[in-house]
Amino acid sequence: MLEVDRLTTRYGEITALHGADLRVDEGEMVALVGPNGAGKTTLLTTVAGLVRPASGSVRFCSANITGHDPARLLRAGIALVPERRRIFKDLTVGENLRLAGTTVPSSHRRVRIHELCERFPILGERVDVAAGYLSGGEAQQLAVARALMCDPKLLLLDEPCLGLAPAMVDVVFELLVELRDQGRTILVVEQQAHRVIGVADRSYVLRTGRIVAAGGKEFADRSDLFASYVGGAA
Amino acid sequence: MTEILQNLADGLGAGSTYALFAVGVSLIFGVMHLVNFAHGELLTLGAYLAYWMLLREFGWWVVVPAVIGAAVLGSMSIEFVAFRRIRGANPFTLLLTSFALEVLSHAVWKVFVSSKRKPFATPEWAFESFAIGSVRFEWWNIVAFGVAVLSFAVTAFVLRRTMFGLAVRAAAEDFDAARLMGVKANRVISGAFAFAGLLAGIASSLILMRKGGAEPRMGADPLLKAVIAAVIGGLGSLPGAVAGGLALGVTEVFVRDLLPEDLGGLTDGLVFAVIALLFIVRPQGLFNVETAERV
Repeated sequence: MLEVDRLTTRYGEITALHGADLRVDEGEMVALVGPNGAGKTTLLTTVAGLVRPASGSVRFCSANITGHDPARLLRAGIALVPERRRIFKDLTVGENLRLAGTTVPSSHRRVRIHELCERFPILGERVDVAAGYLSGGEAQQLAVARALMCDPKLLLLDEPCLGLAPAMVDVVFELLVELRDQGRTILVVEQQAHRVIGVADRSYVLRTGRIVAAGGKEFADRSDLFASYVGGAA
Repeated sequence: MTEILQNLADGLGAGSTYALFAVGVSLIFGVMHLVNFAHGELLTLGAYLAYWMLLREFGWWVVVPAVIGAAVLGSMSIEFVAFRRIRGANPFTLLLTSFALEVLSHAVWKVFVSSKRKPFATPEWAFESFAIGSVRFEWWNIVAFGVAVLSFAVTAFVLRRTMFGLAVRAAAEDFDAARLMGVKANRVISGAFAFAGLLAGIASSLILMRKGGAEPRMGADPLLKAVIAAVIGGLGSLPGAVAGGLALGVTEVFVRDLLPEDLGGLTDGLVFAVIALLFIVRPQGLFNVETAERV
């Protein structure tokens, strides 16, 4: 479904991604792990169209989508839950969801908000509350619900457990598994490497902008995971 | 007491026009982090258009929509020609570009039209007044205040109830996150400039009915007052811009009233001194943008 081929992204003089290759097949959950500053967020934001790559290509459902803007990618079926959620704190929960339905036909928008409020009851209860008053866990649910507004084929999540209490981390992992089991294709970046590799179908390790290792569920138990993080043999 | 009421009544008209410009300044600042000093040139554009039309004996009922339309198109053109290509540049570059546009506009009017004032007829009602008790109300102040209140009500409705309004508010808070929701950057910024132009066009129409003339540099003063009003209110806060504009207009009248007649020229200087004192007490302005309703 998603093929990232020799993707290179630069911020001025700094190269954040050095020809990264990655593949996500339909219906699978793929984890992208790696140390801080490895380029994980850059890879996701490049795929999602927020950053233009210097070279390489991104293909989605066989179409070349390299450098397309986020609105176009959203219409194609790619949604990103960004790092630190980035919900609109001055807007209410309902307004956050309405805005996320920009690409959804207006006749369907209300129905979709109703469906998501049923799936995430806390959002339904707080639909008129400014999003800035939500707890971390509630805000994460809103961030995911926002991304689901347009019913994406591919969901990209950037560190969905960042800053959450342990109990909420469990809820997020349950949600990831539920979404995958419903047939949603997921690419998730997460710092809790062992845990996310344990639930993902396949995983990649990114270090200093390069994919240095890849594997399946068994990867979580392999001794070379730590080595690939810090720079030893992969 | 009568004097206080009289000053309030006299200050609301000018304050309303400052507020209309200030809301536009705040709106553009919200989506682009740009203090657009070229925004006042929409008044100059409207003034020369009004001069041209009134010379050909068009009535004010045609001139006003034309001035508003020109301000909307002018504002969108400023965004498209000057700011679109440098979007995302550092704020200093954006600020310098807006200054350059302002200076260029002054030069264009001077070179291609005239450096002298071009007078035109004002509507009679703009200088008529009526009294309630011992307080005298000028019709222009009443109309300006009423039109401004209506304009702010429409602005609030658009920002709260429409998808465009949601997009503008979201973009003001986190532009990239808004793009991730499918908001198109060009559309929301161009829309914000158009809306700011609409409010500037309304303010310009009101100002021109009193000024009765066009001059190359006439946009500079109201724009300066609007920027100050927006800063008084807390840049980025629309209710703040409205409060700042009205407060500035009323303060001007109070200061002018307190000064002896031969020192009337010091009004602006003293008003700015009052504002400087305000910023010592509340550096963030009247409204705290972290907590006030932003754009």
